Amino acid sequence: MDGAMAWTMAGDVAISVRDEGAARRVALDGALDIATVTAAARRLGEVPVDQPLELDLSHLDRIDTAGAWALCRLRARAIAAGQAVTITGADANAQSVIRTVEAAMPAPDDRPAPPASLADRLEAVGRGTARAGAFFVELCAYLGLFLVRFLRSLVVPRDFRLTALVHHCHEVGIKAVPIVALMAFLIGIVLAFQGAVQLRQFGAEIFVVELISVSILRELGILLTAIIVAGRTASAFTAAIGSMKMREEIDAMRTLGIDPALALFVPRILALVIMLPILGMIANIVGILGGALMAWVELGVSPAMFRTRLLDGVMFSNLVVGMIKAPVFAIVIGVVGCHAGMQVGGDAESLGRMTSASVVTAIFSVIVIDAMFSIFFAQVGM
Amino acid sequence: MARETVIELRGLRTQFGRHVVHDDLDLDVYRGEVLGVVGGSGTGKSVLLRAISGLLRPAAGQIRVLGVDVLAAGEQERRDLERRWGVMFQDGALFSALTVRENVEVPMRAVPGLDGPTRRALADLKVSMSGLPYKAGDNYPSELSGGMRKRAGLARALALDPEIVFLDEPTAGLDPIGAAAFDRLISDLSHSMGLTVFLVTHDLDTLHATCDRIAVLAERRVLVTGTMREMLDVDHPWVKEYFHGPRARAAQADVQAAAAES
Repeated sequence: MDGAMAWTMAGDVAISVRDEGAARRVALDGALDIATVTAAARRLGEVPVDQPLELDLSHLDRIDTAGAWALCRLRARAIAAGQAVTITGADANAQSVIRTVEAAMPAPDDRPAPPASLADRLEAVGRGTARAGAFFVELCAYLGLFLVRFLRSLVVPRDFRLTALVHHCHEVGIKAVPIVALMAFLIGIVLAFQGAVQLRQFGAEIFVVELISVSILRELGILLTAIIVAGRTASAFTAAIGSMKMREEIDAMRTLGIDPALALFVPRILALVIMLPILGMIANIVGILGGALMAWVELGVSPAMFRTRLLDGVMFSNLVVGMIKAPVFAIVIGVVGCHAGMQVGGDAESLGRMTSASVVTAIFSVIVIDAMFSIFFAQVGM
Repeated sequence: MARETVIELRGLRTQFGRHVVHDDLDLDVYRGEVLGVVGGSGTGKSVLLRAISGLLRPAAGQIRVLGVDVLAAGEQERRDLERRWGVMFQDGALFSALTVRENVEVPMRAVPGLDGPTRRALADLKVSMSGLPYKAGDNYPSELSGGMRKRAGLARALALDPEIVFLDEPTAGLDPIGAAAFDRLISDLSHSMGLTVFLVTHDLDTLHATCDRIAVLAERRVLVTGTMREMLDVDHPWVKEYFHGPRARAAQADVQAAAAES
């Protein structure tokens, strides 16, 4: 095909390939830039490299790094095939761009990742399990750290940060009252309403009092409060401690001889231990009020009758069963929140990741512990 | 020599509330030069960069970039213009959810007809041109050091072969070796690709090593522009303090020694 011309329009760049005796001449005409490079690179990729190549750029109006990349790729291919490549007609600008690109051409190691074998998957499962175990151990270590620092602050009261404790009691306790009370009130109403529909079938409307009081005092009041607090406070702890960690404030504290566990963990977790039972109690009271209101409206159980049956029933032991869980939930939520905060790295992304992880872990732990309490109380017959 | 003006500021005034940062500021930047903008803290160097690159609307004045009146330009005109400049922010400002390669690909996605494999290959080229190893393309910004993040930011700014690049404190927070390497990179790229560089810096070594011309911001305007040599003769207390201070002398001595060696 000596002398034959093959013109191909590629965007605004025209490429002609023509055999001239000893060399194959590739002439480019137009603008070889990022807008035309896809088609041009494909066309240049089809140029056979069984002969020395001569790239003629004398008609090229414009070349950028993308265009130079396409030329360098062709040149690399020809050189790999043992053919010489000469570039002619390039102006100073084009030469400079091609030189820069040539020097920077990445040498990719395009070996595809080997497909995951069964052993790899097993290993991943094993690593995941080991990580979960290590995570649990770390949480236990943080619990221990909190207890040690707390006891030490009892022995050395000077170390105890009362102002911080009061501040956190306000943050995690008083500010959570409206949402907790509203939640409990609505739960009470829902229980009474659902109970009324079922119990009316048996003419046992009056047992709605037991339904409401037992379920709220024993389980729902404290469990739902703990879940709300886990969502609200565990995330706040993680975000606050995590952003301090991110800005190296924690490291600064250490260099100044301030113990982060004493200064940050103890007031926060202790505030939760104090406030969660109070919030749980508020939820119990408001939940029963809501239930009583609904029982009155829907079933005609008068408030006086509701009160009599409530006090006659097994209210006290149910209340004890419910409230025993509160400090345990509080410690778990606090420890999970503080631990997650300390895991935040140097970037904002890890802060977001750890905050959502701490909420999930806290809620999950609360529910697991509640289930364990249920089994325990069933065994001891409470 | 008649030089083409690529950035032209006339009577620029920027203010935040009642706090006036620039008032009646004029500045010209010519094609192919590296202009260093210096000034004390709070003189509005970064504000100026943000005003020119369209991130902040000035209260008054005129900004022409590559012949386009930025403040009066329509949507399409602005978009076309933005493709012709690149901005590198102080810490790279890379998208943290994307790898370095994907970051560099972001501006390329707007190019019609550019297919995926080519785009990836070109992104790899830009990563390599900014002096990062090939493997860095697969890393997320959080896995890189500060210097590498800046290089990746530069790679993204260069993705579309802009005519102008704006660099905000390119060497801040780098060790002297990294900073010198970055100076060299800027200088090499601006020469080989005919880039116009608008660079805001505090770093006297960068001024010496890369800048063709220096603009000093003080008293809410561009006090003086000129080469490094001309700066030494300016009779203004801040300029004198800056270019004759102990750090300036050290930087000068270094550059002169380097010039004598070569």
